[in-house]
Amino acid sequence: MSVSEAALEFPLLRGRRIRTRIGWALSIFAFLLVAAPLIDILLLVAVRGISAISIPLFTTVTNGISGGLLNAIVGTFVLSGGALIIGVPIGVGGGIYLSEFGSGSFGAIVRFLSDVLTGIPSIVLGYFSYITMIIGLGWQFSALAGAITLALMVVPYMARLTELSLRQVPLSLREAGYALGASERKVIFRIVLPPALPGVLTGALLALAISVGETAPLIYTAGWSNYVWNGKLTHEPIGYLTYVIWSFINQPFASAHALAFAAAFLVVLVVLVINITARTLLFARTA
Amino acid sequence: MRTSPFRIGLIGLAGIIPGMLVAVVLFLAIYSWPAIHFNGIGFLFRETWNLGNLYADPVTRRGVQVPIGAQYGILVFIVGTLATSAIALLIAVPVSLGVAIFLAEGAPPRLRPTLSLMVELLAVVPSVVYGLWGVAVLVPLIAHDIAPVLNSVLGFIPFFAGGSPTGFGLLSSSLVLTLMVVPIITATIYSALLQVPRPDKEAAYALGAMKFEVAVRAMLPMVRGSIVGAIILGLGRALGETMAVLMVSGGAINYLPGTITSPISTMASFIVSQLDSAEQDPTGMAVRSLAEIALVLFIITVIVNVIARLITRGLHVGLGSRA
Repeated sequence: MSVSEAALEFPLLRGRRIRTRIGWALSIFAFLLVAAPLIDILLLVAVRGISAISIPLFTTVTNGISGGLLNAIVGTFVLSGGALIIGVPIGVGGGIYLSEFGSGSFGAIVRFLSDVLTGIPSIVLGYFSYITMIIGLGWQFSALAGAITLALMVVPYMARLTELSLRQVPLSLREAGYALGASERKVIFRIVLPPALPGVLTGALLALAISVGETAPLIYTAGWSNYVWNGKLTHEPIGYLTYVIWSFINQPFASAHALAFAAAFLVVLVVLVINITARTLLFARTA
Repeated sequence: MRTSPFRIGLIGLAGIIPGMLVAVVLFLAIYSWPAIHFNGIGFLFRETWNLGNLYADPVTRRGVQVPIGAQYGILVFIVGTLATSAIALLIAVPVSLGVAIFLAEGAPPRLRPTLSLMVELLAVVPSVVYGLWGVAVLVPLIAHDIAPVLNSVLGFIPFFAGGSPTGFGLLSSSLVLTLMVVPIITATIYSALLQVPRPDKEAAYALGAMKFEVAVRAMLPMVRGSIVGAIILGLGRALGETMAVLMVSGGAINYLPGTITSPISTMASFIVSQLDSAEQDPTGMAVRSLAEIALVLFIITVIVNVIARLITRGLHVGLGSRA
């Protein structure tokens, strides 16, 4: 190669080559520095989590610091499902507005503030819910308060992802619709939304992953309960998986640790499966 | 044309988003108002957080009912928040630059999607799972290996000298935050690097630059603004991170960190750890003071995020018009 021949002749060039090598080595080292903890986290949760998985884990409720996780699994489903029921319509509606009519200053403000909202710490949103719903409305720790809090976090993501996928639908389709005399609503629901639906559903899946993994905003809105949710929306605390992780790992008992790792395994499994599916789908679509 | 009811409905749904932000700041401000009035500006500069005597009759001070001896100061938590975020960024920024350069220019194109997916996955691992890993792996590692090594190598600097650390504290919190911030910074820099126009790279090659030199000397300066925006975005995340820090921080109160292994609390983690005790206060002043912390945290993170978004947004426009 000409570069290596030149390097033999010019010491200056050799110095540059060495520096380049060191630079690449450092950048690979940086990547390993980041990849190693990720792999260690996944291995730790998989190994300790799987060894704690058993049939009774899914069929019995938590009893003090032992027992199963049925109550927490049901609770996580209820809270995340509730968050989607509340958050997805608002987020999708906001996203439709941003993509179809949001070119003005109001659209710019909404777009900007929804980006800002995603950066607000979840504990601040949780405390807002605590003072409004738990103290203000007197709901006590409850499923509805928890689900609304998670919805607050999910809405801005939904809006931006919906906007993004609607914008990929060509303008000519909309023009064709309007030229045939279709109303705004018809154009959006019959022409624009169908091809964008996979993107919107991906957004909803990612929103689900966010709500399944959240902890801080739920501690003082959903509370914790050893019993399976009884269907009451307010005045009844509800358990969830992430609570088990943070609270049980601090107990000095092996049974508590086993439950914490089992809960972590279930949460990470859901979050990873959703994210990898969503990202490979998106990648396949854009590539 | 008249605005259709359908479009009014959409405007209403879109309006919920700014409405939520306004509602959060409004309700936090209204609820914490008695605390703001009682605590004054010293709230930010006092070291002592003392709920007072919750069992004696409350007294009236500055026109509000508070428990005897109650004093609310959050300097310790502000310092904890700033110190963990600063150390985390100090480590995360060079690492993120390295990872972004590796992904954008160094990695074989065939592996690139897989490798960048790995970095993205770091961002989606739930905070509480980082905390779990911190308690199970990182904290023992710091207590038995990292802290003793730091002590023997850098022990002549008081900040790195430590007796027998538990592992819970400033260093473990900062390292966990580092891991959580790196994917955010990396993703922003990486996508900016991918947008560098091909002719600009070719110009650098034509001048005889090697691949790494093109990346560092030509491409990085071009995305300077994105790097700044990415760092501020990462700062916003680090300032508000709650669960992971709560689990590995050691939860210090009324105590400023002296060394890198000192236990600490951040504003966000303190809110979670203290609400139980605060609820015991019959006057409610403790819960209102916690709301004041949430308000302070809200204002800080909004400012940080607005700056970050303005920087990265302006740049996208700039790049678009250039290309």
